[in-house]
Amino acid sequence: MSCCDCQGKGQEELNLIEQFPEKREQLEAYIESLDISDDREKNRGFLIQSLHKAQDIFGYLPLSVQLFVADKLKLHLSEVYGVISFYSYFTDKPVGKYKINVCTGTACFVKGAGAILEEFKRYLNIECGETSRDRKFSLGALRCVGACSLAPVVMVNEKVYGKVSTKMVPDIISECK
Amino acid sequence: MINLTINDTPVSVEENATILQAAAKIGIRIPTLCHFELDCFSIEHRTGSCRICVVEVEGRRNLAPACCTPVNEDMVVKTNTIRAINARRTMLDLILSDHPKECLTCEKNGDCELQNLASEMDLHHVMYEGEMSTYKIDLACNAIVRDLNKCIMCRRCETACNDVQTVGILSGVGRGFDAVVAPAAMMPLNETKCVFCGQCVAACPVGALTEQNNKYQVWQALNQKGKHVIVQTAPAVRVAIGEEFGMDPGSIATGKLVAGLRMLGFDKVFDTDFAADLTIMEETTELIERLTKNENLPILTSCCPGWVKFLEHQFPELVYMPSTAKSPQQMFGAIAKSYYAEKLGKKPEDIICVSVMPCLAKKYEASREEFAPEGVKDVDLVISTRELADMFKEAGIQLEKLEDKEYDNPLGESTGAAIIFGASGGVLEAALRTAADWLTGEDIKDIDFNAVRGLEGIKEATVNVAGTDVKVAVTSGLGNARKVLEKIQKGEAHYHAIEIMACPGGCLNGGGQPYNHGDSDILEKRKEAIYTADSDLPIRKSHENPHIKKLYDDYLEKPGSKLAHKLLHTHYTPRKNW
Repeated sequence: MSCCDCQGKGQEELNLIEQFPEKREQLEAYIESLDISDDREKNRGFLIQSLHKAQDIFGYLPLSVQLFVADKLKLHLSEVYGVISFYSYFTDKPVGKYKINVCTGTACFVKGAGAILEEFKRYLNIECGETSRDRKFSLGALRCVGACSLAPVVMVNEKVYGKVSTKMVPDIISECK
Repeated sequence: MINLTINDTPVSVEENATILQAAAKIGIRIPTLCHFELDCFSIEHRTGSCRICVVEVEGRRNLAPACCTPVNEDMVVKTNTIRAINARRTMLDLILSDHPKECLTCEKNGDCELQNLASEMDLHHVMYEGEMSTYKIDLACNAIVRDLNKCIMCRRCETACNDVQTVGILSGVGRGFDAVVAPAAMMPLNETKCVFCGQCVAACPVGALTEQNNKYQVWQALNQKGKHVIVQTAPAVRVAIGEEFGMDPGSIATGKLVAGLRMLGFDKVFDTDFAADLTIMEETTELIERLTKNENLPILTSCCPGWVKFLEHQFPELVYMPSTAKSPQQMFGAIAKSYYAEKLGKKPEDIICVSVMPCLAKKYEASREEFAPEGVKDVDLVISTRELADMFKEAGIQLEKLEDKEYDNPLGESTGAAIIFGASGGVLEAALRTAADWLTGEDIKDIDFNAVRGLEGIKEATVNVAGTDVKVAVTSGLGNARKVLEKIQKGEAHYHAIEIMACPGGCLNGGGQPYNHGDSDILEKRKEAIYTADSDLPIRKSHENPHIKKLYDDYLEKPGSKLAHKLLHTHYTPRKNW
């Protein structure tokens, strides 16, 4: 996660915890099923799995969700944020319905993944790591999905597109309905 | 004991000692940067992340970081081989490659461990030039400035904030080149539960964390026409400021401090100690009331704004517990702008009240809304001990050479009970001295409550006050306060009174004091100086201060009176816990 003050709570529009009580209960039930105690060191061991669950449920981890997890695990908000900011899997920004990820691993890169990524940026008018205004698309890059023989590879949610060319980009986007 | 040789010299050290400690024993100082220890509080920050302290160990393939490598029997260590020296220089070079070379204008110029290291390691040019960090400087709060461009990722501030103080607002954020120590969501400090204790500033080896500097505003105030500019000095300032002028740690520089402040141009030089005596009058009245009624116990002290803010954020359900007495700084301001202003025939807004504090939280405290009745702040400007030393230096005032002078009156007279506010345990001891006299109606001679003195984080004692056993605790360092408060919440501990100070050791180790660079001896000596100053004074009980008596006779009537409540008491506000 890069520096600067552009991210953070100012951007959060919704308090997801208040907005979606049933999701909150689902997360609460999960965390309460863990062996949480007063021992913060021990609770810290449950942090990553709790964040995974929280991101599964809410889609992303805005400050309200981070605070909820911190509170349940008796940890400081800063510790939770530190972990989220370290692992690229976690995101504190909303992601689109379609998560487009261009593989930029060695094989795909050599086969032109860079140009494909540029093409997606141009079509969607967003940068890598951003989400479109209508929250339909998020664009990202990832390192090797283990399908090097199909390079270059693009993933849209769970679906894999192989031997992708820049010409295929509009078709891939229009398939996302 | 473990026997090893370092640079061909045999040395025996205790098990679990590090190479760094073993080397120190035979007079070899291995350079360090991220490493920080304060033995007197058992603070250990040994992450081994900067690799400046690497040494060669025979039989070991890679270099070993001396600060966190334990010694072994028959270990053979070489600290100054060309391989070790080159590795250290490379590490320093890499650190400097992303560090602004602004030493001449940096707040830490002359007190920077990185600057010292570059000088000691004879570095004359920076080898690597590349990308530099470009963070916005966090100037939003009025106590602490964060310039992450200068951060070297030693993470000493994180240990201070999270482990020692358990305030918990700092964390490593991001990874790789973008990694930095910051609050959640990169929030500015004033939007977090930071208590502004300044222990992160005290721990920072470079200029990434410094105080919000008010020196220029004080210069301006001193030169403003038509204003009556007064200054108050906190108890712990007088036993530390001498260090900035080459005086030995533990020198009591009270008279020189007064002389210097007068030379700077203050109209009156007063003492926060006067207000500390006043605090004791009000707080002890409250203590005795709660004790006799046996309700709302324990009473917690409220002199320390860092601790008060910590309570408001992290124990909001306990905000009813502290004494409602304002801190000495704020009591001083309130009296200066009422009683003293009236005496002088001046309007409160024509008096500028400056404080010299060992503390950064005091800067924040002075700006709290409740301390500005009708929009006029009780305390206008707060500078730290370090800032005052800078002002003296700029003005060419050689403190060590000045002739001792006396404080002005009526707000400059104080007792030994007030001076000890500067050390952990002092506020409680001062209160006990007064409580004992008031409850017995006698003039008790044995007033040294040794059980509450010392730098230990948690001290407990049962003291007999006028035939009643009073159970007290003294804690310093917010991590220790947390332990005691959690026990109280669980019903595992019962006390009548607890003194809490945010900084380990109390104000003598405040976030605004001259940097100790991990030297426990300095703190021990400041503490000794405080108790020496106490025992040297003719009056050692707050209620015997003649000017305090006069203040009540002429103006406030009696402790806890309606006017005393209006001027000298406050309330606390539960705040968000993040």
